[in-house]
Amino acid sequence: MPHIANIAVSILFDGLAYAMFLFITSVGLSVTMGLMGFVNLAHGAFAMCGGFFVVTLTRSLGVAFVPSLVIASVAVGVISMPFERYLYRRLYKSTDLEQVLLTIGLAFMSIATFTYFYGPIPKSVPLPDWLEGDVNLGFRAFPSYRAFLVVLGVVLIAVLWYAFEKTNIGAKIRAAVDNRRMAESVGINVDRLFTLTFAVGSGLAALGGALAIQLFGLTPSFAVLYLVLFLIVVAVGGLGSLKGTLLAALVIGIIDTGGKYAFPVAGNLFIYAITVVVLLIKPAGFYGRE
Amino acid sequence: MRIFRWLGLAALALTVGGGAQAANVKIGVVLPFSGPNADLGHQIDKAFDLYVKLHAKDLAPHTVQIIKRDEGPPTGAVAKTVTTELITNDKVPILTGFVFSPSAIALASVINKAKVPMVIANAGTAWITNLSPYYVRLSFSMWHPAFPMGAYAYNKIGCKTAAVAYTDFPPGKDSVLAFKTAFEKAGGKVTLSIPMGPPNQVPDFTPFMQRVKDAHPNCLYAFIPSGAHATGLMKAYGEVGLRKAGVKLIGPMDLIPDNKLQDMGDAAIGTIVMGHYAVDLDNAANEAFKAEWHKTYGANSYPDFMSAAGWDTMHAIFDTIKKLNGNLSDPLKVVAALKGWSTNGPRGHVMIDPKTRDIVEDEHAMEVYRKPNGKLGEKILATTKAVKDECKILKVGRCK
Repeated sequence: MPHIANIAVSILFDGLAYAMFLFITSVGLSVTMGLMGFVNLAHGAFAMCGGFFVVTLTRSLGVAFVPSLVIASVAVGVISMPFERYLYRRLYKSTDLEQVLLTIGLAFMSIATFTYFYGPIPKSVPLPDWLEGDVNLGFRAFPSYRAFLVVLGVVLIAVLWYAFEKTNIGAKIRAAVDNRRMAESVGINVDRLFTLTFAVGSGLAALGGALAIQLFGLTPSFAVLYLVLFLIVVAVGGLGSLKGTLLAALVIGIIDTGGKYAFPVAGNLFIYAITVVVLLIKPAGFYGRE
Repeated sequence: MRIFRWLGLAALALTVGGGAQAANVKIGVVLPFSGPNADLGHQIDKAFDLYVKLHAKDLAPHTVQIIKRDEGPPTGAVAKTVTTELITNDKVPILTGFVFSPSAIALASVINKAKVPMVIANAGTAWITNLSPYYVRLSFSMWHPAFPMGAYAYNKIGCKTAAVAYTDFPPGKDSVLAFKTAFEKAGGKVTLSIPMGPPNQVPDFTPFMQRVKDAHPNCLYAFIPSGAHATGLMKAYGEVGLRKAGVKLIGPMDLIPDNKLQDMGDAAIGTIVMGHYAVDLDNAANEAFKAEWHKTYGANSYPDFMSAAGWDTMHAIFDTIKKLNGNLSDPLKVVAALKGWSTNGPRGHVMIDPKTRDIVEDEHAMEVYRKPNGKLGEKILATTKAVKDECKILKVGRCK
């Protein structure tokens, strides 16, 4: 295979894996912001929480990696419900500033709490053998873990798309995003819908946080460290849009990976450049409502 | 009335005299306790606490009071604020800690004005010690490991070509410059140079490793600010399959901090680093240090090169307090007392070069291998004795 094509495949593949991580972690944030108009800066905290659950499950309780991912996502989803119900709900009608103060406060509290219990040393998780090596696709080998990320991402996208576009609940969510008052007046219980969506979003964040351990290592500061990245994905994609979040994750993931490969001197410039250009042309993001 | 005045004077004399005899010396400690690099701070803090716990009684009649502040992110801004507070509010006569080079660089103007000696326990950019006559460094300069590594890589590891990859901030550039200087002097060629983003966030290292793989040098010399970056780099190195592709990983000891080595797995085996400390270093002081460490922090907690330097740092400060009999009010005397200080610590024999106020220490080339008990360990391949900061000897760039 020619050299250039080989490089392009590497960048596309690594970028795709990175994009899947971005998508899984950010999609919940996008829905929360689009649906509830709520600025949830504690989203990263739920992701971090999921990561630590997986660390405890695999390291201390001996649960295998993949079941741990499922357990952690569900657990964080359930844990996030009382937060939505008793804390977030009070501030749905408040100003952005109050929401930001509450949620960033929660994020810092979570960092302190997890530092107390887990310490600040980066954690890693034991992976099963089938995720450690390479998978050979005939023409070349790819790292198994990244291939796993890509497959998992594609499956989740399919499931989310189906749930969002084809099911009754999905229709209700879309209705509530478009026009909350109208949705309420036709008898949709928007409050309950919010709780459910919030839990699913937080659960997905937890999954993303757990998947990130292998990429970045996990420390309590994960809660705010990568938050800007998630917010960028959401802003570029457009609030509340599944399609937009996916497209933004792909564009950012692949261009950032390619940029790092070809022009490492530029550092994080590419991410910010994409953000600026997209938001200049489309201030509400790819699929946001203007 | 008169008698009272006399009594008052006598009491005053007693207090002043007593103060000189039994001083309570405040030591300002500035280390990162928050953020992704917090564990670097904790590695040094644990060594400080351990030394104080074991040796506070040796200072009698004097006592020490440790005042800790959070160094914050590796930008220097927070460090500057909290250190200024330590100087103006707490009136500490001596400062120590400082993991990040940007902190030490940002603080030079403050220290030069306040004239408070600062004993650096980590920050390794070579030219830092030139910024202030009140800086004394007990840890290392980036050149300590990187410069000897240049010749060693070419002559002994068999690197004819090398790629360099580094976290893009002063110590990273410094480490790479030192390696490159020595490596090219020995006859090697650096074919690729990759800055890997700022230190405050662990990046996805894969694209960088992929680039190295495609350039296919004999060796990859990498610098990262230890901690979480080290784990991330090693994972990407393993995942991309660089070792299989025949690219050896070499660098300073930051690549394989002892407290994270066990988690790094097979990817780390065969990595060769240059450094002044490893848990496996065989000397009496290190055995005693490790024993005390495990006794206090548990069998699963390990000291690393930062802890070893932290231990020696507190040792040097204690010796200074003893030497000056608890009176640290004259900063020049404090610095003079530290110049030429030497000990046989966990790192072996170390000394403060009186000319540069920087450390002189042994550097060991070490290879990661799997020990018979299944754990990863470091095997010492070669030792260079009494290494000085070569940057100041060669007067490179800002080291003049």
